[in-house]
Amino acid sequence: MFEISPAEWTAILLSLRVAIIATLVATPFGIALAWLLARYNFWGKSVLDALVHLPLVLPPVVTGYLLLLTFGRRGLVGAWLADNLGIVFAFRWTGAALACGVMSFPLLVRPIRLSIEAIDRRLEQAASTLGAAPWRVFATVTLPLALPGILAGMVLGFAKAIGEFGATITFVSNIPGETQTISSAIYSLIQTPDGDTAAGRLVLISIVIAMSALIASEWFARRATQRLHGN
Amino acid sequence: MLRVDVTKQLGDFSLQAAFESQGRVTGLFGASGAGKSSLINMIAGLLRPDRGIIALDGEVLDDTSAGIHIPPHRRRIGYVFQDARLFPHLDVRQNLDYGRRMNKLAQDPAQQKRVTDLLDIGHQLDRRPGQLSGGERQRVALGRALLSKPRLLLMDEPLGSLDEGRKIEILPYLVRLRDEGIPMVYVSHDAAELRQLATQIVMLKQGRVTALGGVKVLT
Repeated sequence: MFEISPAEWTAILLSLRVAIIATLVATPFGIALAWLLARYNFWGKSVLDALVHLPLVLPPVVTGYLLLLTFGRRGLVGAWLADNLGIVFAFRWTGAALACGVMSFPLLVRPIRLSIEAIDRRLEQAASTLGAAPWRVFATVTLPLALPGILAGMVLGFAKAIGEFGATITFVSNIPGETQTISSAIYSLIQTPDGDTAAGRLVLISIVIAMSALIASEWFARRATQRLHGN
Repeated sequence: MLRVDVTKQLGDFSLQAAFESQGRVTGLFGASGAGKSSLINMIAGLLRPDRGIIALDGEVLDDTSAGIHIPPHRRRIGYVFQDARLFPHLDVRQNLDYGRRMNKLAQDPAQQKRVTDLLDIGHQLDRRPGQLSGGERQRVALGRALLSKPRLLLMDEPLGSLDEGRKIEILPYLVRLRDEGIPMVYVSHDAAELRQLATQIVMLKQGRVTALGGVKVLT
C-alpha cells in the first residue's frame, strides 16, 4: 500500500517543480499588483481587480482553453514567444507552471494586498523624514512589514498550484513525465481498472501537502499580527 | 533661519500663515484644529502648500510659483511625531541607526553614545518598540531623529500622548536637546511647555497667525 511507484514519484516531483516555479515567478508580479491595488486609485482599477480574480470564478477549463488560444503554438503570444525567444508552453511542464500560476494568482495577491493595506502609512512618512527615498521606504519599511502576508500568499498560491487540474489538463494535456501532475495522475488512475490503491496513495499525499500549506499559512498570519504590533 | 509664507485649503479649513523665525526654538502655539500640524507637515515636505514659499537658511524647499518642491527625504529635516512612529519590525538600535543608513552617513559611535546617554536609552538597544513604555518610545524617537543629523528638528506635540508623570520625565531631555543647539520647531497647545522650551512664539488661531514674538506673547 505504501510503496510509491517510480511513475507516481515522477508525478509528485513534477507537481512540486511546477508549483514551486509557478509560485516563485508569480510572486514579484503579485507583489507589484497587490501594491498597485492597495495604494492607488486609477481608471480601470475595478476592471483590473476583477481580471485578477477571474480565474477564481471561471470554470478552470475555460481558463485553460483561453491559455491554449493565447499561449499555444499558434496562439498570438505563444507563436511570438516560440519564434523570438524560443519559449514554448504548449504540452510542456512550463505550460503547466503557467496554468498553475494563473489559477493561483488571485490567492497569492489577496493576502499580500491585505497586509499592505494594513501597514500604517505614517511609518512610511517617518521613514521619508529620516532621509529614505521612496524606493528605500518600500524596501526597508513596506516590504518587511508586508512579509508575513507575502509568505502567506505564497503558501496559499503554492497549495492551489499543486492541486490545479482543470486548466492544466486543458492547456497542456496529461503527458506522463512532462505535464502529468499529481492531480492528472489521480484522474488517469481512477479510470484504470486496478488503479484505486495508487490513486489512494496520491490522494493521501495531496491531503498532506495541502494541510501543511494551510497550517503554514495560518502561522504566517499570526506572525503578521505580532510583527505589526512590534513585539 | 526659517521662512514660511504659505496657503493651504484642506476641506473647509483654510490655512494662511506667514512668519520668519531666527529663534533656536520656534514654538507653534494654538488650540487643536488651529492648523499647527498641517503647517509643520508642510515644513517637513509631507504636505504641499497650495501657494507660497518655505525656505530654510536661504535654501528654497517649496516655491509654488517656481514649481519647486523638495521631497521630505532630501530636506534633512528631522521630525518627532506625537505617536513616536518607531518601526515595529526593527529593534531600538536599528531604529536609531535608520536615518544614518538612509542618509549614507559614516558610522559615528561617539555621537551614537552621546545621544543614547543624553536620552538614557543605552540599556534598551536590543528591545523592540512594542516592549517600551510610551515615554521610552518617545525618547527613542527623539534619538532617531537626532542621529539622522538634521539641520532642523520638528516636534509635533512630542508630549501630547503622555500622561503628566511621563511629561515630567521627558521635559528635561527636551531642555537638554534645546541646549544642544539644533534649531527646532516645537508644536504645542500647552503654554507652560512652550514657556520652558521656546525662544520665539508663533501663535495660530483657525489657520491664521495671530501673534508673533517672544514667549511673553503667551500671556
